[in-house]
Amino acid sequence: MKYDIVIVGGGLSGLVAGIRLQKAGRKVAIISSGQGALHFSTGSFGLYGTDAEGNDVASPLEAIPQLPEQHPYIKIGVERVRQLVDEVIPFFAEAGLTMKGSAEANHQRLTPVGLFKPAWLSAEDCAVCPSVNKIDWGSTVVVGIKGYLDFYPEFLIEGLRKAGIECRRAEVSTPELEKLRNSAAEMRAPSIARVLRGQALDAFAEQLKLASYDAQTIILPSVIGLNDETAMKRLREITGKRIYCVPTQPMSVTGMRMMLCLRRAFERFGGTYLLGDNVTMGNFSDDGRLVSINTTNLGEAGLEADTYILATGSYFSRGLTAAPDRIYETVFNFDVNAPLDRMQWYATDFFAEQPYMSYGVRTDEDFHVFRSGRPLGNVLAAGAILGGCNSLKEGSGSGVAVLTALEVADRILKH
Amino acid sequence: MELQEKNISPNGLEQCVKCTVCTVYCPMVQVNGDYPGPKQAGPDGERYRLKNPDFYDKALKYCLNCKRCEVSCPENVRIGDIIQMARLKYDKSPVKLRDRMLASTDFVGTMASPFAPIVNTVLGWGVTKKVLDGVMKIDGHRTFPKYTGQKFESWMKKKAPDQTVFPNQVAYFHGCYVNYNFPQLGKDLVTVMNAIGYGVQLLEKEKCCGVAKISNRLVKEATKDANVNMASVRDAVHQKGLKVIGTGSTCIFTMRDEYPHLLGVDNGDVRDAILMATAFIYQLVEEGKVKLAFRPDYRQRTTYHTPCHMQKLGWAIYSTSLLKMIPGLEMVPIDSQCCGIAGTFGFKKETYPYSQAIGADLFNQIQAAEVDFVSTDCETCKWQIEMSTGVPVKNPISVLAEALDIEETRRLNGLK
Repeated sequence: MKYDIVIVGGGLSGLVAGIRLQKAGRKVAIISSGQGALHFSTGSFGLYGTDAEGNDVASPLEAIPQLPEQHPYIKIGVERVRQLVDEVIPFFAEAGLTMKGSAEANHQRLTPVGLFKPAWLSAEDCAVCPSVNKIDWGSTVVVGIKGYLDFYPEFLIEGLRKAGIECRRAEVSTPELEKLRNSAAEMRAPSIARVLRGQALDAFAEQLKLASYDAQTIILPSVIGLNDETAMKRLREITGKRIYCVPTQPMSVTGMRMMLCLRRAFERFGGTYLLGDNVTMGNFSDDGRLVSINTTNLGEAGLEADTYILATGSYFSRGLTAAPDRIYETVFNFDVNAPLDRMQWYATDFFAEQPYMSYGVRTDEDFHVFRSGRPLGNVLAAGAILGGCNSLKEGSGSGVAVLTALEVADRILKH
Repeated sequence: MELQEKNISPNGLEQCVKCTVCTVYCPMVQVNGDYPGPKQAGPDGERYRLKNPDFYDKALKYCLNCKRCEVSCPENVRIGDIIQMARLKYDKSPVKLRDRMLASTDFVGTMASPFAPIVNTVLGWGVTKKVLDGVMKIDGHRTFPKYTGQKFESWMKKKAPDQTVFPNQVAYFHGCYVNYNFPQLGKDLVTVMNAIGYGVQLLEKEKCCGVAKISNRLVKEATKDANVNMASVRDAVHQKGLKVIGTGSTCIFTMRDEYPHLLGVDNGDVRDAILMATAFIYQLVEEGKVKLAFRPDYRQRTTYHTPCHMQKLGWAIYSTSLLKMIPGLEMVPIDSQCCGIAGTFGFKKETYPYSQAIGADLFNQIQAAEVDFVSTDCETCKWQIEMSTGVPVKNPISVLAEALDIEETRRLNGLK
């Protein structure tokens, strides 16, 4: 099958690049080996949350120019980053996802254990505040669901009280949710979200109204709205209260909603999304181009494109593999910036900066990957596979995924 | 350094990282609290069963074998295969007469076809449905597919001489549905293939692909049929140099993947030659070997429903890409989700309600799409969607047969 662009990897980065390119009129296919890391999302995106000294970053845009040269943001260019960040909220809005926040100043998101952590953009229903001493929620009730064990109200109450918020705890249930308690597959966030629609959602809203009583703000586990944002709207309408959600144990309902909405947007623009398929081989030309790829399902007929994007993620998504004797790029064995000496991969202090966390594929200034020391003119990398930063420590994973995807897509469009 | 290479178990069992994404996308979990879901029924339960078969959980019978768990798994664990193998290996309960009958598509079809008008009328009666429901536990709400008076094979045998005149040849695995219930789909395939210069041949001997027997634990019978089919496919591929194409995604999926994975019937030498007709035609068009011309007056609106086994094959793009070539056909996207019927599962009284509950979302999406018809590559999905939405369902091959300008297509492909 012939496409203008084939993207290997169907997570946040692959989908963002895919939507951008498909919307610009290119014919795009995304191949994804199973469901992606968005299913573990908190619902918040970090651009740059914690600096090298471990301090919270107040303004990502002010701090980014100080990042080291190999950082993906520096590769994009500081000015370009400034332009791109402004495009992200409208971009997600077009896919039906309302995001709030700004790159000028991080906001604080409430974590499941009652801490506040910096974030750049958060899904509209996330429990966030401009800063911990500026929370305007009024009297707050943390509402759990009977039998649902992946939510820890006591931690949240402790955290909120520390932040000076008057707070109490409640628990609700409905007959539909009671049924779910008996499920052999256990009561998980997505199964609750599937139950809470239509009449069952209205019944839940009534219970919520009773349980919240005179509280002004309700904190729920993130179990509302697997498909879109309408369920949360309905809940707020009936209760007449502010309702915010806190991330749960995976699978993340907010992450699944993002995944579904982004995929729908991509397909609505005419893109092809191949789920559950794997690249088995790349066919390269002598002049340093990737000509076509074979896949498990499509065999040798495979996929052919002018340009390819590698958006396979890092270790977690199997974009990188750490074997006992080497770290390699899993799909094509492209060059990586990891040393051969295993002893250099780790710091012995577990909490210290771990070198292996910033490994990724080697790229030139235009994000082209290298194969056996030579750049590949038609293969670009985006997202976590790029390396060059410790996104876990920095709180920059989603920022790198989204911004490099937009940048790589735009560079392809320019050519 | 070889540690990881030595750490391999069947069906990728030890590759499971326990992320639960499979359970989230399992259609059965969403409607049936008794089913523990693919993670627990598959890789988790297997660890126990390997120690002691008594850990076998009867709730595994609820697995639809849709393989959507495998499609969603980022680690390529063959979760569905683990569950189905456990059912075949550990469930020692006797197979019910009803299940035997539902699974014996060849036998029932052969018996019913000569009396098709009578059988169809009688099966449509309320009283028959009541008896089937009460005595046989075949759900009374289910509409039966109609039987045909003339089997596709009989029609094809008469047409055999006409087919030899074409410069290129292909073998057709028609499946039970085309043979006993809906020969028109087979005739549409012949129309389309002939128009692009391909003659269509029957296989030397064709049996049911065996999917219904596998899901009803009739392993011995399924293996027997599989061996007959593989002998015919080998004859077609090795002796006659033909590809074997099909119009039913489950038949093709079963022959390619379930034979080796579940029945232990090796097909490695011919697997690549077994294809969906839409994949075969699409590739010919893409390679420039054949050309299609469409009727200028064709105007329809459709949506493509991805059958579970088509999703697993990863070949929905061939069907949708072919359909997108039709200028007058407007395509509305819907989410890929299970329709719920899962073959004989949706006929059984005890599981019929689950089938309808699983399909409910899909039915709503289809109704909201306001299409002239739904296109899909699976016959049981067709029964389910037609019965549950009232919207007609057509195989992409039948859509092609309607939309093609046959004369012009013949001319473009060098035929008179």
